[in-house]
Amino acid sequence: MTSETASAGVKPARPVPWRDPAIRGIAYQVVFVAAVVGFIAFLVHNTMENIGRQNIATGFGFLHREAAFGIGETLIEYSPADTYFRAFLVGLTNTLYVAALGIVLATLLGTVMGLARLSSNWLVRKLAQVYVETFRNIPLALQLFFWWGLLNKMAPGPRDAIQILPDVFVSNRGIVFPVAVANPAYRWVGAAFLAGIVLAIGVSRWARRRQAATGRQLPAGWIGLGLILGLPAIVFLAAGAPLQLDVPALKGFNFSGGHTVSPEFAALLIGLTVYSGTFIAEIVRAGILAVSWGQSEAAMALGLRSGQRMRLVVLPQALRVIVPPITSQYLGITKNSSLAVLIGYPDLVSIANTSMNQTGQAVEGIAIIMAVYLFISLAISLAMNLCNRAVALVER
Amino acid sequence: MTDLTDEMPVPAQRPPTASTGTIGWLRANLFNSVFNSILTLLCLVLFAAAIPPVIRWAFVNAIWTAPNGQACRGGGACWAFIGEKIRFILFGFFPSGELWRPIAVVAVFLLMILVACDRRSWGRWLAYLWAAGLAAVLLVMHGGSLGLSTVETRLWSGLPLTLILAVIAMVAGFPLGVLLALGRRSNLPAVRAICVGYIELVRGVPLITVLFMASLMLPLFLPSGMTIDKLLRAQIAFILFAAAYLAEVVRGGLQAIPKGQIEAADALGLSYIQRTRLIVLPQALSLVIPPLVNTFIGIFKDTALVTIISLFDLLGTVDAALTDPNWQGFYVEAYVVVAAIYFCFCFFMSRYSQVLEREFNRGTRR
Amino acid sequence: MSDTVIELQGVHKWYGDFHVLKDLNLRVGKGEKFVVCGPSGSGKSTMIRCINRLEEHQQGRITVAGIEITSDLKNIDAVRREVGMVFQQFNLFPHLTVLENLTLAPVWVRKLPKKEAEETARYYLERVRIPEQADKYPGQLSGGQQQRVAIARSLCMKPEIMLFDEPTSALDPEMIKEVLDVMIELAHEGMTMVCVTHEMGFARTVADMMVFMDRGEIVERAPPADFFSNPKSERTRLFLSQILAH
Repeated sequence: MTSETASAGVKPARPVPWRDPAIRGIAYQVVFVAAVVGFIAFLVHNTMENIGRQNIATGFGFLHREAAFGIGETLIEYSPADTYFRAFLVGLTNTLYVAALGIVLATLLGTVMGLARLSSNWLVRKLAQVYVETFRNIPLALQLFFWWGLLNKMAPGPRDAIQILPDVFVSNRGIVFPVAVANPAYRWVGAAFLAGIVLAIGVSRWARRRQAATGRQLPAGWIGLGLILGLPAIVFLAAGAPLQLDVPALKGFNFSGGHTVSPEFAALLIGLTVYSGTFIAEIVRAGILAVSWGQSEAAMALGLRSGQRMRLVVLPQALRVIVPPITSQYLGITKNSSLAVLIGYPDLVSIANTSMNQTGQAVEGIAIIMAVYLFISLAISLAMNLCNRAVALVER
Repeated sequence: MTDLTDEMPVPAQRPPTASTGTIGWLRANLFNSVFNSILTLLCLVLFAAAIPPVIRWAFVNAIWTAPNGQACRGGGACWAFIGEKIRFILFGFFPSGELWRPIAVVAVFLLMILVACDRRSWGRWLAYLWAAGLAAVLLVMHGGSLGLSTVETRLWSGLPLTLILAVIAMVAGFPLGVLLALGRRSNLPAVRAICVGYIELVRGVPLITVLFMASLMLPLFLPSGMTIDKLLRAQIAFILFAAAYLAEVVRGGLQAIPKGQIEAADALGLSYIQRTRLIVLPQALSLVIPPLVNTFIGIFKDTALVTIISLFDLLGTVDAALTDPNWQGFYVEAYVVVAAIYFCFCFFMSRYSQVLEREFNRGTRR
Repeated sequence: MSDTVIELQGVHKWYGDFHVLKDLNLRVGKGEKFVVCGPSGSGKSTMIRCINRLEEHQQGRITVAGIEITSDLKNIDAVRREVGMVFQQFNLFPHLTVLENLTLAPVWVRKLPKKEAEETARYYLERVRIPEQADKYPGQLSGGQQQRVAIARSLCMKPEIMLFDEPTSALDPEMIKEVLDVMIELAHEGMTMVCVTHEMGFARTVADMMVFMDRGEIVERAPPADFFSNPKSERTRLFLSQILAH
């Protein structure tokens, strides 16, 4: 009996419009969006009115005007005659510079402290715990004020500068240390360094192939390290070891020569590193603890030695747990660098603040800051998602 | 061939002396390998080098009373500075005759927090207690009725301001955060998009930006003629900021609810609102109480940033205290004391959240 | 008497003040299968973990394959090469494929070329009857399959002795048989085995010697026939009545 044709053309009954979930869903959304859009329109209307009333300019044209303020530290060329746009660029480079350095140093400090928290030595464990608990529970702003107070307000003037290492001086103008004078031989040293890296990669590849083929192992890591450090050293020595130091010397009221790191930069970097290091320490510790002890036992039972266990079994699994929260921390360090405005380091927010005060265009200034930070956030989030997907453990 | 021992179990013996007691502990924990022994010695050397000077500075050579900054120099720590300034550091510009009011406010906050920490008190009446407490706090600080003189918000400073900003940010930001989290998981794409947009926008920018925005742009957002109190601007900024972070925490809890719960609720015929209110939210929220406490700790620390918009929270009053020409340069003493105050609050809250986490895990482990 | 491959002499162990192993004396000959049973907390797992130094004993002597176990790392490494261990929780490495799990130790500890290691790995995968899972990840396998992979992983190191720490306790009932079958085959081929298990059927089939431990000491030791039908100690009788009741 064929009943298929009879049922083929019948569709399920559509409910009455006001009880149809699809239509209700659309209706809710329309109402919601209308409310939000209406609210925003109200705000925009008020803003335009207020701006008109106070005769504040609008638009981003101000970016082409002369900035007319100086900036204490710049990574790129800048003078007060340059445009606001260039000033913002200086701020951006300063932000990225201190954030990048902060990320590297905080990762190093945090990893060491995280491992220390897991040490079999009770004293080391407790000291690391004291570090983490202390600096995690004090606001970053307070820590920045503390370091800045130490390095700027309380440090002596250049004439009475404290010498912490030979030729390294701390004064309220900053920390000044000797730098090597540029020398043509350094180009060769740099080339040797790059060659060392390439060779190290090559050696490790070759060693891995050899191990797969014959089972014999080479300490490719140490050899690679030797190449990376040794080749430039050899070139350096061969060139006659040219090392001429530009030593800071007190001339008049300040040091000349050498390289100065401003108290603001130093305080910001130290504060960011010490504060973020605590969170990274906890992340590293949690990552290693997340690898169950049974994994180490199985590796031990198979005869793997401690270094092999770490490298082949524990660390790969720990990294999967560590990477997501640590990229959040990196984002946090970048955002926290905006606290530079509290101690006068010219980062993006600082410079935007000055510009906003001068031009009165608060809306545009804030919009620029937000756009830049949003871009950085999205970039880091995207990178993290890609990373996560690539290393996810395969399950049923 | 069988082999058996006596019917009675062999009595336990004491372990060899070298592995118990103080010596055993030292061997197991401090000197259990060559590397560790070296580390222990290095640490002890560090202590010997660093601790005596600190003790000398902080206690032995410290000056405990002095008439002014000049007399306080030349020794160790100048604790006289703290003695002189502590009232200002804690309560800021509040009129000195009315100091009982901010003191009462801080006491009320501490009481409310301590009561909330006790799990037996969790219930509807706790919410009423908090509402009453917050209303009382604002009334007492502002005055203007009940015979209290009016104190403008620009004079609210120090520890009461920090507590007000942090607590109200959490209390007001929480319902907003829950709504955002629910919206982010909604099936309606427009609602989801707007919620995601808000959350990612606020989480992607530094708090300082949000504070600037509130401080500079909120007045522009209002119809001409209306003004908005500076403290209120900052409070709104913190509420909006807290809401975004709380939304992510709550979202974590919502994601952890098994799908079966929602299916069971649907099968029973509950509407979306009933299902959310009676089934989903209670479970989700109890899952994320420890991260919620951690968020509160973070917000509490973040209140220090209001110095940038010239509000004088605990950090702001310290800075102002340091500008006194009679007492110049006692940065270390001042910052150490304020750091200790922040540390006490944050450390105990974080310990509490760890205790909570352990309790909750015990309940879920089978 | 066959050569002794495992010997425990007067072994004591303490956890802090708690005396967990009391004066253990045991001798396992080559090719012999010992099944260790007892109530929980009796120290059976601790004892076999001492055999490959996953746990440290404080007093007494343990000799495995002629090597005495001390804190000397060289001895420990040598012992671990000759002793394979199968855990209750499988402990497969989740970030490596099944094949990589099996070849990891032969490549890095015995320093074999990759090809040779893979051939051995595939051979043992065949022996435990899951050759087709070679490129899967542990997370994709069932519990019984994972435990068989774990057995194959230990066998790839060609150990002289195999230790089993409650290998089927974490498995669903329908998967216990497939693992026990592999273990029985292994026993019939002459492997020296020390097994901690509650599977008394398996014990009756395979064991040369039953060992009953209670509260840290070895209470009774007998061939299965005598052990099950005529236990000499009251404590053994009590335990057997509890475990064989159902």
